[in-house]
Amino acid sequence: MAALYSPSMYQYDGLDQAFVDQRVAEFRDQTRRFLAGELSEDEFKAVRLRNGLYIQRHAPMLRIAVPYGLLASRQLRMLGEVARDFDRGYGHFTTRQNLQLNWPKLESVPDILERLATVQMHSIQTSGNCIRNVTSDHLAGIAKDEIDDPRPYCEIIRQWSTHHPEFTYLPRKFKICVTASAEDRAASLTHDIGLHLKHDARGEVGFEVFVGGGLGRQPIIGQSIREFLPLPELLAYLEAILRVYNRLGRRDNIHKARIKVLVKSLGVERFREQVEAEWQASRELAPKLEAAEVDRVRAHFDPPAYETLQNIDAAAGREPEFQAWYRYNTREHKVPGYRAVFVNLKRHGENPGDVTSAQMDAVADLADRVSFGMIRVCHNQNLLLGDVRQDDLFPVWQELRALGLAMPNIGTLTDMIACPGLDFCSLANAGTLTVAKQIQQRFDDLDYLYDLGDVEIKMSGCMNACGHHHVGHIGILGVDKHGEEWYQITLGGSVNGGYTALGEVIGPSVPKNEVAATVERIVEVYRAERSDGERFIDTVRRVGIKPFKERAYATYPEAA
Amino acid sequence: MRRILKRHEVAADQWRLFGEDASDADPIIVPLAELRKDTEAWLTRARKGRLGVRLAPAESPESLADVLPHLALIAIEFPNVGDGRGFSYGRLLRDRLGFKGELRAVGDGVKQDKIFLLARVGFESFELPSGENATEALAALKRYDVVYQPGAPVEGIRRQRFFA
Repeated sequence: MAALYSPSMYQYDGLDQAFVDQRVAEFRDQTRRFLAGELSEDEFKAVRLRNGLYIQRHAPMLRIAVPYGLLASRQLRMLGEVARDFDRGYGHFTTRQNLQLNWPKLESVPDILERLATVQMHSIQTSGNCIRNVTSDHLAGIAKDEIDDPRPYCEIIRQWSTHHPEFTYLPRKFKICVTASAEDRAASLTHDIGLHLKHDARGEVGFEVFVGGGLGRQPIIGQSIREFLPLPELLAYLEAILRVYNRLGRRDNIHKARIKVLVKSLGVERFREQVEAEWQASRELAPKLEAAEVDRVRAHFDPPAYETLQNIDAAAGREPEFQAWYRYNTREHKVPGYRAVFVNLKRHGENPGDVTSAQMDAVADLADRVSFGMIRVCHNQNLLLGDVRQDDLFPVWQELRALGLAMPNIGTLTDMIACPGLDFCSLANAGTLTVAKQIQQRFDDLDYLYDLGDVEIKMSGCMNACGHHHVGHIGILGVDKHGEEWYQITLGGSVNGGYTALGEVIGPSVPKNEVAATVERIVEVYRAERSDGERFIDTVRRVGIKPFKERAYATYPEAA
Repeated sequence: MRRILKRHEVAADQWRLFGEDASDADPIIVPLAELRKDTEAWLTRARKGRLGVRLAPAESPESLADVLPHLALIAIEFPNVGDGRGFSYGRLLRDRLGFKGELRAVGDGVKQDKIFLLARVGFESFELPSGENATEALAALKRYDVVYQPGAPVEGIRRQRFFA
């Protein structure tokens, strides 16, 4: 089957296309001026960051936006193409649903962006102190527990926040997340603004507004400042929040500049009062969200042409390997006869989130054949084919297995999140990828993994927390100790299942070669302490961290 | 000589800064603190001639509410590459406080890469820091002909998504 779909996702109109084209032209000129010595390091830094370009340990790093994690097959193919033509033939998907290229040449970045623009992609505002790529639930539009599809509102926010005249030079980065189900699969409460889609009594769409979440050096969970914001007021209210922040947020200390610090110092009540006052004062001249515009964007997300099917038991009578894959790597779909399928980027021996150009091509082809030409990027650094017919699952599994993308460990301990760490990132204190490999090796027995059940490991190479270690059931934080890489371990963090909590440090950090063994001792405590059917995180909550603390260091008392 | 970009051209500044020479003749731009040393005296002068006030990034535009109708110019400082408080000040002065005079962006942060956005929040003149290329700065105002947000009109914009 050829790619004949017009995918059920937003398609640029003339305005959107002209904007990205003009942005590429501007960045080409800025790069030229920098290389000609006409633009200082400092000035170029401000503009290159706002175009997703970092200067890293070994080379520049380009972060390409995947708005709310949704890709058309031709876009994924293009990511594979630019990774092949301008990099080393692979890319790295991040927790914020973006793709990072680790080895592009600075002077070729304008050419990369020009190619991306041909498929309605860009890297605008994926870094720098501005409004970043808006993220959402990877099951948006297909989840059974969803109130309504959040993606049209994500797209509206994407457009409103793009090249915003007032909010492009904020005190610090600013992340917005929109979700629409109680389970919160997108970690919304760790964002500067988390919007929870709701309906009011009349069935009108609106949002509960949470502010001030964030990880990093000072992890804080977002707090509600408005129970119901009607949709037409969405942009006006976001502008009020941003304006209060732009004026009052600290600019004297980069570590205190996030909105969470402002909310904390004012107190959430006073912050709310300021926002409400600002909203009332500015409402009239704020951007309106007209019903016609909402309808225009919504229409792009009309469901694909599902067939009328019945649910079947696709795993019945199949080999155990397929049954395990079916159980761990596929998810329920709201339309009968369909399932969502993870494309696993956590195969043991690979860096979490890494994918080769050949794999991107193959997944794009597969999506064209079996999932309406669309692919989703997940917060936990996997891909997802959202709309696969249940009677296609077996051949899809065979194909994914041949591509090395079917390891049946989604939701288990080795489906871990990890930032690129010291091997790539100039901020990192310690490596993450070799530690991830150690853990994969030690936990290479699938039956043991299945027995442990749902355990989330999240690992960051420094306190900036790109690997979200604070909210891992088991969090691992790389620290530098006299020039050596050590790792601090936290327990009890959570961002989903409707429960967001920060983990607690269990004790002194451990050296690199002890991390996997320590994790094993921790999960052994769980195996000993758990009651019937109790998940790891629930046991930690019930018994507290003391028994873990006592035994995690059993063979490592000298750690200081 | 200070170079001011305004209305499609770059020309020498017609305004004097307070304290830069002995005459202190009109038209003059004074810092907020200077204005507040003797507001009445400055306003008396403003009624006869033209008065401008300069705001530092931490000085809020609301603090000018009582004198606003008498001011011919407000200069807002952008001290470095990253400080963007002035973008909100521009918007507030135009939209909420109704300032109709000249709104000028000044300081080392007023670079060609920001000029388009500054114009969109209501700035109409730009003091170019030394080293900034005047021709390129003028061209930067025409960098985009499409925008998403409502804002001050900039010549050449042909499409806009959201409206107030």
